[in-house]
Amino acid sequence: MNTNKPLKAEVKNFNFFYGSTQALKNINMPIHDKKVTALIGPSGCGKSTYLRSFNRMHDLYPGNRYEGDIIFHPDNVNLLSEAIDPIEVRMRIGMVFQKPNPFPKSIYENVAYGLRVRGEKNKRVLEDKIEAALKNSALWNEVKDRLHDSAFNLSGGQQQRLCIARALATDPELLLFDEPTSALDPIATGAIEELMHELKEHVTILIVTHNMQQAARVSDYTAYMYLGEMIEFGETNSIFIKPKDKRTEDYITGRMG
Amino acid sequence: MNDNQHLSSQYNEELAQLRTQVLQMGGLVETQVSAAMDAYISNQSTQLAEIVAADHKINNLEKNIDDHCAHIIAKRQPTASDLRLVLGIIKIVTDLERMGDEAKKIAKGTRRIHEAGQIPIQHSVGIHHLAEVALNLVRQALDAFARLDATQAQVVIRADNEVDAEFKSILRQLITHMMEDPRTITVAIEIIAIARAIERIGDHAKNIVEQVVFVVEGRDIRHLEESAL
Repeated sequence: MNTNKPLKAEVKNFNFFYGSTQALKNINMPIHDKKVTALIGPSGCGKSTYLRSFNRMHDLYPGNRYEGDIIFHPDNVNLLSEAIDPIEVRMRIGMVFQKPNPFPKSIYENVAYGLRVRGEKNKRVLEDKIEAALKNSALWNEVKDRLHDSAFNLSGGQQQRLCIARALATDPELLLFDEPTSALDPIATGAIEELMHELKEHVTILIVTHNMQQAARVSDYTAYMYLGEMIEFGETNSIFIKPKDKRTEDYITGRMG
Repeated sequence: MNDNQHLSSQYNEELAQLRTQVLQMGGLVETQVSAAMDAYISNQSTQLAEIVAADHKINNLEKNIDDHCAHIIAKRQPTASDLRLVLGIIKIVTDLERMGDEAKKIAKGTRRIHEAGQIPIQHSVGIHHLAEVALNLVRQALDAFARLDATQAQVVIRADNEVDAEFKSILRQLITHMMEDPRTITVAIEIIAIARAIERIGDHAKNIVEQVVFVVEGRDIRHLEESAL
């Protein structure tokens, strides 16, 4: 692994517990800056749990506990530190879920939401940022004439791109995608994958996917997780042609669930 | 190589069938090469027509296997060792098919020598040994693929270098003969073509073991210096 490449984050000796159950075991992994890193592994291996640790979503439930560090660059803050405000973390780290989950508001208000939470009131600034976010999520041309329509009038693929626009509006440094295309048809999936490719010019992306071919297509780095452990991390090209670990090999060739 | 079974038993079956087809093709090629060399060395013309006629079976197998590979890629999107196996096989069948062509060339050359009448030099040059070494390379290469054993690669690659060197020595001998007695030229040229075909068979065997190394270890050892293998 080339350690000279700039990193967006470093995960060090990371453990996570749901109450007394340890869901993630001693994970160490770099997150390369402005690259797409895919997390793959069978259901229940902890990849979503891991992803959600980055924006401290586990804080919402009592009894959850983090150990270790997720150091976020360039300012070297530990995302898991008690001193860090999870709301502030989520401003810098956007998230997109499996099912499109627009707010029951207009297209415009969906994208404006994060900016308003931040206290942005200037209409001009809002409009500029919303247009930029919708352009970056490749949705602008389809919605520019109906920004004040309900977000629910959009198709599933459009709704998902709206969620990406909403996440992009606050200029996040890291985007978390939790199976972003599993509820979409192949065309909409293709659009999101294309979008990820464009987005990585500006942001770092971490994606959980069950679709191995998708991981192979969109990511620069791939991490294979199994039973809460990081089994193998490496460049996607080498993982899909010559994985080092037999367990990775078995999973990506379809020899185990 | 991964011996575990896929979740899809049909996929297992498809990959197993693919390997069986390649082995079948390999067996056919080995028979053809061996028969052609025998015919030349023992100076028999009885089998020649059969050898030439049987080449189409090899060609058909090549097309079938390529088609099978295309289907597996389209339907299964193979990865890791499965991907390397399919990619390796696509390359290996090309070499096998060309070996078949070389066998056909040997058979046709032998027939022409027969028709032209023989000359004593035919038996004085060391084609016999060259053929033996090359045929052995073919067997080792097929064996390496059948057992997916990459350890034989170096042996085969080194032996192929010997074949190349021996071919050059045969060429020198024949040039001497031709200079001494121009009446030998017609047949000597046929012998050169046959020796060249045998030498090429050795090269194809080498290519096959290189693919076996890629299939098994994921390393591309083509065009490397021997010291880097």
